Parts: sequence; C-alpha cells; structure tokens
Amino acid sequence: MSDAVLTRLRALLGSAGVEREADGLPRATPDSSEAVAQVCHVASEEGWRVRVEGQGTWLVPDAPADLALSTRALERVVEVSPADLVATVQAGAPLDEVRRRLADHGMWLALDPPGRPDRSVGSILATATAGPLRHAFGAVRDHVLGCAVVTGDGRLVRAGGRVVKNVAGYDVTKLHVGGFGGFGVITEVHLRLRALPRADVTLTARGPRDRLTAAARAVSEAGLTPSALELFSPALAAEAEWVLAARITGTDAAVEGEANRLSAIGGIPWQPLPADRSASFWGVAARAALGGPVTLRLGVLPDGLDETLDLVAHDLDEGLVSAGGSGGLRWTGIATAERLRSLRRSTAAREIPMTLERAPWELRREVGHFGAYREGVGMLVGKLREAFDPKGTLQVALEAGT
Amino acid sequence: MRGYLTDMRSIIPRLETITGPRWVRHRTAELATYAMDGLPTRESAPGLVVMPGSRAEVIAVVRELHRAGVPWVARGAGTGLSGGAVADPSAVVIALTRLHRILAIDPVRRRAVVEPGVVNARLSEAALPFGLAYAPDPSSQAACTLGGNVAENAGGPHCLKYGVTANHITALEVVLPDGTTTRLGSPAGEPWGPDLVGLFVGSEGMFGIAVEITTRLVPLPRAIRTSLADFASIRAASEAVSAIIASGVVPAALEMMDQACVQAVEASIYAAGYPTDAAAVLLVELDGTAEGVAGDATLVESLLLTHGARTVLGASTPAERARLWQGRKKAFGAMGRIAPDLAVQDAVVPRSALPDVLDEVGAIGARHHLFVSNVFHAGDGNLHPNISFDRRDHALAERVHVASGEIMAACVDAGGSITGEHGVGSDKRDYMPLIFDAASLDAMCAVRRVFDPLGRANPGKVLPVSACREWIAGGVR
Repeated sequence: MSDAVLTRLRALLGSAGVEREADGLPRATPDSSEAVAQVCHVASEEGWRVRVEGQGTWLVPDAPADLALSTRALERVVEVSPADLVATVQAGAPLDEVRRRLADHGMWLALDPPGRPDRSVGSILATATAGPLRHAFGAVRDHVLGCAVVTGDGRLVRAGGRVVKNVAGYDVTKLHVGGFGGFGVITEVHLRLRALPRADVTLTARGPRDRLTAAARAVSEAGLTPSALELFSPALAAEAEWVLAARITGTDAAVEGEANRLSAIGGIPWQPLPADRSASFWGVAARAALGGPVTLRLGVLPDGLDETLDLVAHDLDEGLVSAGGSGGLRWTGIATAERLRSLRRSTAAREIPMTLERAPWELRREVGHFGAYREGVGMLVGKLREAFDPKGTLQVALEAGT
Repeated sequence: MRGYLTDMRSIIPRLETITGPRWVRHRTAELATYAMDGLPTRESAPGLVVMPGSRAEVIAVVRELHRAGVPWVARGAGTGLSGGAVADPSAVVIALTRLHRILAIDPVRRRAVVEPGVVNARLSEAALPFGLAYAPDPSSQAACTLGGNVAENAGGPHCLKYGVTANHITALEVVLPDGTTTRLGSPAGEPWGPDLVGLFVGSEGMFGIAVEITTRLVPLPRAIRTSLADFASIRAASEAVSAIIASGVVPAALEMMDQACVQAVEASIYAAGYPTDAAAVLLVELDGTAEGVAGDATLVESLLLTHGARTVLGASTPAERARLWQGRKKAFGAMGRIAPDLAVQDAVVPRSALPDVLDEVGAIGARHHLFVSNVFHAGDGNLHPNISFDRRDHALAERVHVASGEIMAACVDAGGSITGEHGVGSDKRDYMPLIFDAASLDAMCAVRRVFDPLGRANPGKVLPVSACREWIAGGVR
C-alpha cells in the first residue's frame, strides 16, 4: 500500500515534496494550498486516510493513516499590512518566526498559546489553544479574520476576508478555528494584529490558591483590565506556592497607572518582575503545558473556578494547572480514559465544556476532543463533517469512538 | 403564485390555534408594515405574519410551517437595511417582537440571558444599575432587537474597541427549521465541540431562530473623553485615522462624516455645531481608566493636529459628549430632509485604502449625478456611503442601483468586503461572487443544508441562486 501511495504522491508533488517518515509512512509536504488540495483529492478518491501534521510539537502526529500531510512547507508570511493591522500567513509558519516578522513592522499578534514557541500557526488555530492573553484579547477565533481551507475531498475554499469587520456570507471561519482539522486542512490565515505595546510589565503574587483566586476576582471587580491575569499551580510555576501573574501592556503612562492600582488590590503582595525576566516567565509557563502527555481545557467562569479546581484535583491531580482571570482552565498530566470521561461528566453537569487538547491517539479515539454534547449538537456536527469531509479522509477523533 | 396563496390561507386556522387569532395578520394593510427593512429598494409584503408570544409558540409555529411546507422569515424590528428581513408573498414572517423579556442579568458572571425580541438599548439600560453594559451599539439600537443582532452579527461605533455581536454571544438556544431545538455554547463562551455559536451568529436567519440568547456584559468605563476634529480634506482625516490606529491607542470609537453629511446635519433640527466648511469631521472617543484616557487623549489630540486637524474640541462631561455625538447619531435622520429615500450602503475597505476609495465613491456619485454623503466607522474601515433619492423616479432609482454596484466593486478591488455589519440579505446577494469563488459559495450552501436541508428559513437570501439553486420568489428549487 505505502509504495503505491508514495508513487502517486511523487507524480503529484515531485520527489522533493514526498518522503517517508521513520515508521515508513509516506509523508507529503505540499508547498501551496493548491497542492494540499491535490493531495486531499487523490487521497479521498483512493480512500486513503490522512493525518495532518504541523510542527508536530503540540498534538503528537500519531493517528493511524495511509499518509501524513505536513504543512511544514507552507511556512511563508505572505503579507504584513501595518497600516491595516492585518497579516496573511501560511498555516505551517512557526509562531515565533511570525512574531519576529511582525515585530519588525512594530506589529503584534496578541496570542500566547501553550506549548513551544515554534508551534505552527495552523496548529494554534485548529486546536483553538489560547494562552493567558485571552483575558484581554479574546479566544483564538477573535484574532482570525479569514482563512483558506482544503476540505477532506480536496476542495480549496475560503471563508471570511482580510478586513477587520466583515459579515459577507456565513462565518465558516468559526467552524475551522477549534475544529481540530475535522472540517478541513487550514492552509492560510488572515490575522488581526495590534501595535506592539510600548510598555509591557508583569507582576506576580504568591500564596494559597483560594486567596489568589479571590484576588483575581477582586482585580476584575475593580474594573482593572490587565492583558493577562493567570493563576499557576505550584508544579506548573515550579515554585512552593500558587502564583498569580498579571501582565499589563499599553502606553507607558497607562501601564504605570494600572500597575499602581493593581498593587493596592486583593490584599496580596504583588511584586514586579524584572523586565528581562518577563518574557522567559511567560515562555516557561507556556512550555509547562507539555509536561505530560494529556492536556485539556475547561470552559469555566471565574466564580466556578475554585470548585472546578477541586474537581480536577479529585478526578485527576492538582498537577500542571493554569487558569485565566476571566475564566478558562488548562490542565496537563497523565490521565486514563475513564478518569477523563468522569471529569467530563461532572463538569458537563455544571455547564462547563471539557475539550481534550492533546493526548495520544488511543486516548483521543476513546474520549474524543469533544463530548457530552447537548441534544441535537452531535447531529449537526456529524452533518458538518460529512459536508466538509464526505469520505472521512481526515483522521481526527472529534468524538469518542472515531 | 396563486397556489402558494391558497396554501397560505389553509394554515391560518392552525397558526391561530397556536398564538390566538389576534397574532396572525393577513390583511393587505397589515402586511404592508412588514414589506421593508429600512432599505427603500427592497419591498415585498409577506403572505402572512404570525407573532408568537413565547418560546413554546415559536417552536409550535416553526413545526407547523415545517409540516405544511411553507417557507418563513424570522423578523425582529426590521431595521436591517439589507432586505434580509423581507419576505416574498409565498412566505410567512415570524415576528419575534413579543418575545421581549430579559430573563436574567448576572452581575457577578457579567452575563445576561434574553429573548430575541429584546431591544438592544434596553439591555444596556437594564444592566446600567450594575455598572455594566451590552457593548455592540448599532445606530438603530433604540429599535433593533438582539435576535436581529445575532442574525446579522451587528456592529456599531463602539465595536472598534469592544468587538461585534459575535464577540459578545456565549450561548444560544435555537429552533432549527424542522422545529427541533438545541442549545449551543456555554455560559463561559467555550463551545461544546466546534464553535456552532460562532457559526450561527451572522447566518442571517437561515439556520433557525435563536429563542434564548446569552450575552456578555462589560463594565462601564470609569472615564470617557470624546474629541471632535475637523479637516480641510478627507484624505487628511483618513491619514489621521491611520496614525491613531498605528500609535497603538485603541479608541472606543473613531467615526467620520464628510461635508455633505455635516451640512445636512447642521441644516436640520439636530444641528450639533459642527463646522460646515470642513471637508470632514472626525469623532474620537477614548475610554478606560482616568490615567489611561488622559494619556491617550494627549497623544491622540497631538496626532490629530499634526495630521492637519484645523481645530480639536474635547469633551469629558456626559452633556458635552452627548452634544458632540448628536450630529453623528442623527445623521441618518437629518438626511431625510434632503430626499424622501436614502440608500444606506455598507462596505468595508482596508483602513489604508480609505482616502482612495472615498475619492472613487465621490467620482461614482458625480458620474451618475447622485447626491452621496458619507458617515462611517473610520477606525475599522466600515464605509456607509448614502445615496439620497426618490424611489418614485424609476430612472433615478436605476442610477442608484448601478452606482451601488460600482461602489461595491471599488471596495472589493481595494481588498475589502461588500458588507461590514448590515448583512448580505437580498440587497448584496448578487455581489457575493465578487468576493467568493464557486467552491467557497458551495461550501456555504452545504453548511446551510446542514441546518436547513429544505431551505425553508429565509429562502433566497445571502447565497446567489446560481451557487445554491435555492428556492426563489415564485419559483422552485
């Protein structure tokens, strides 16, 4: 089988675009959206199962497949428009490289996802993994103006556009951001940018968990708007106590004023982090999410955070946990399917969705990235998958039992 | 056509059983009220209007129409300006204005749960005692409903900083076109699975009816400052906009009016004291903490002056700010003096293309001998070129139609989009191929069929007939 696949792909992409992975699996590395479409078209016709890989650092590329499709050759920053605060980037581009290119223009993508700094932009979009900056700048979807996607059967389709406000047609981009590749392969994206902040200050406080969650709520109630307000477990922060970190960005005067106000709130001892340590602090926290084979996120609001942290500690362990000041909790560690299902059941009863962000294939297959759907949702998701991947070419475990 | 109308008569008793006879309207004069949605070029009375009074009645009505095979159009206040809420005589309008209860306001979680007929401004009024507000503020906010806002993904001046409707909806209960219901999203906003709330918002009433809407509420800013700057050229004003955005300051609103618009306002009862000899005026609103606003205001006002503002007028008290805003908020009303009808256009261009596109819009107007005025959300490049006319003059109306098409093409050529906040409806449907290829339109059709396989919810809108082969007026699939 794999020899036939290899031959067909070489005819399509030339020998430079096709190789074998360590386990012998043929891997296609197309360098354009059109070439991705050709690969998916042939795979769909032939009934080959395809697994999609970015840099391979977040979600382990281990789904059983006849063919690996890598976005690594889609690595270009196509266009940066500083006056419009918009950039067009190919999906395989590593985030740190994109960041550098944007900084050259004084521009900033306000996304700080968990994982390594060189994660592909496509992987961040497909898994909708936002980091602490979501507190002020929103979820991944709020940074995406449009995208090009190749469907499972090889159609190249576009959604959204390149302007910051746009309601032309259905907002299909929303389906792909956080769709885990189940509705197609994201090949190119239009991103919403911000001006690189002039001032960027981080303050941290340490203490018992409950005191810090209360302090985080007090910060929000006082109307303060730090760019990030994130709680870290002792294991994640590699410290003896829980850590609450606030990141304040903006103009010099605004940042100074906000930092002063913050210091007076919550009755906890805030300490400014030296400027040269700030970037590494957030970088280390992002990488800590790779400290175990399984990462999940829970859509919890701040008032339910303490209870949910208890639930997680009970069903799994206290482990590597971070939680945002406006909600959202991420846990990394070791977990069985049974434990994950149990946690999903107990959080679903509290209207808190659980998304399995990364795990080995067997766990993904057993538990699904998603689950505990409300009545009717599973039918809609199933029909949407049929519309975008009619032959089930893309190996994605959206739901349990895939 | 007659066949449809006969079918329509036969469902009246069934609908009356659900809502009571008072809430089913079928006399010609009654139906005329529902023939437009603020866009003078699209007029069509529905076959029937049914006005359910509860979530349960909405479900029963949709089930009945599904059973009878009758298409329908959900409608809020009818202020959409795209023809989206207008129905053909063979379709039923489901008017949702009676579902106007605010079901919950949770100040701790900063969430509200509302029925679709709640008027946008009423939600902010109800949230005010808690120091909170619902951020998206379309110009029609005193009339438009949240259900309509969800359908259109409505915007407004303050969306520059706070985001559009899609950024503020965390959960929905929807009635699908077959009458089944489902809950999408969660209080936190994290989806259960793929982001179906995000997909539903902006679907222009073609995926179903949102009968319960959970929204975010945002804290009221502690300080607000509004500045009015006037310029000798539109180009200078546009460059000032780009400079402000590039500086990293994110104004709460950044609005522009051209001379035609300013003069119309100043000649009306809404006169706000704007300088009538200015080629353009810019309204900049900053909000946040007192320190932040003060610092940003100094920067913004110096940027305005260095980019050619003749004068900059600042206001911090509510009364002074209201006066500066008055001209902007009443601009559409003031246009009423100029001609009986106003074609309010809606398009988006990259901010950097604003000066060139505005020149082009002016040239298109001149070429067709039309009176065009511009009042728009400059900060996000969302243009509203407005053409004053009299629809009884058919030759003039035709010129408006041609000019509108040329304006759309100019915006698309500049890398923009055909609508920023009003939606495609029927007005922009034929422009969709300007920005989407056949495969992309086909994918949208496929999504539509997932939610509405029979094409009964708001048929014939958004997607060009050639792309979707949808049911159209008097025709069949």
